[in-house]
Amino acid sequence: MSAADQAAERSKRHRADVAPGEAYPEEDIAKGIRGYLIGLGLAVLLTACSFAVVRMNFIWAPAIPVAVIVFAIAQMGVHLVFFLHITTGPDNTNNVLALAFGVLFVVLLIGGSVWIMANMNHNMMHSPAPAPSHAHH
Amino acid sequence: MSATASPGLAPGHDPYHLGGSRDGRGDSAATGRGAGGPAPKRIVVAYGFWIFILSDIVMFAAFFAAYGVLVGGTADGPKPQELFDLTHVALETGLLLLSSFTCGVATLALTARRMALFQAMMAVTFVLGAGFLALELKEFADLIARGAEPSRSAFLSSFFTLVGCHGLHVGIGLLWLLTMMAQVLTKGFRDDILRRTACFALFWHALDIVWVGVFSVVYLLGVIA
Repeated sequence: MSAADQAAERSKRHRADVAPGEAYPEEDIAKGIRGYLIGLGLAVLLTACSFAVVRMNFIWAPAIPVAVIVFAIAQMGVHLVFFLHITTGPDNTNNVLALAFGVLFVVLLIGGSVWIMANMNHNMMHSPAPAPSHAHH
Repeated sequence: MSATASPGLAPGHDPYHLGGSRDGRGDSAATGRGAGGPAPKRIVVAYGFWIFILSDIVMFAAFFAAYGVLVGGTADGPKPQELFDLTHVALETGLLLLSSFTCGVATLALTARRMALFQAMMAVTFVLGAGFLALELKEFADLIARGAEPSRSAFLSSFFTLVGCHGLHVGIGLLWLLTMMAQVLTKGFRDDILRRTACFALFWHALDIVWVGVFSVVYLLGVIA
């Protein structure tokens, strides 16, 4: 393919429905750096919030773990969008579907394990001796 | 004129072809929804590598689940609150976050074909990543010196497995980083080298996502527990 053909192909792609963050060879580098800077700023902000909530006791103690988890999930989203460029663009449909499956798997694996084992520990604490199954509800 | 053909369309035009528009106009040149031909190799390679990253994350999820279940099993040994130093963790987090940023700038420099900027940014990424790894190894050494070794309790076994597995990934990533610096230097901005470097960048950013889970769940939740 000649250089002119490649340039024509690129300009055709540019007019098309292209996801933000999709880098093409001739793209402006400053624009890209701005995107990464926004991502870095948001990530630092969320990390700082997480550490601040734990270190300074300015929120209700039982809410601290919830806040930390929420900040962590938000920061993972920031990383996915600004660093990994998972977008809603047409070239990203398959990536988003794979990510959805991954999230489902992770939630089932971690949530299920912790839930079941916490339940088991709870039951073990209340009945150290093996109890007849009909006596339990 | 037959009832099925609309005016203005070439005979043989299929208004229902995959990705096409009903009126035959406005076909998008973007790939990924069936229009515009097959997806470029860059997209396909990134998708394949993304599947690998997700499977890697599933593996980390298993280690997170094990840690979540075993964190209470301290066997009268040291508890998380007695072991973790948040200042140390904040420093590690800062190094890894900055390295993610410089890795992103290196990717941009690569697509802009700017060799000096690419090599400089990759070198900075390496230094930041190596700094992270050094801090982590120092923390492990300190823990073991204080008697909190992996065999001490179920909590410590799962802690060293989870955090150590992330550290191992960072170490492999550093080797890969050096490989890509050398390949771009010697082979130039070839398409396959560009795709490989893009996969490395995905890997490096994904490690940062896993670290967000580690510092939140292991260290921050561990300290307040």
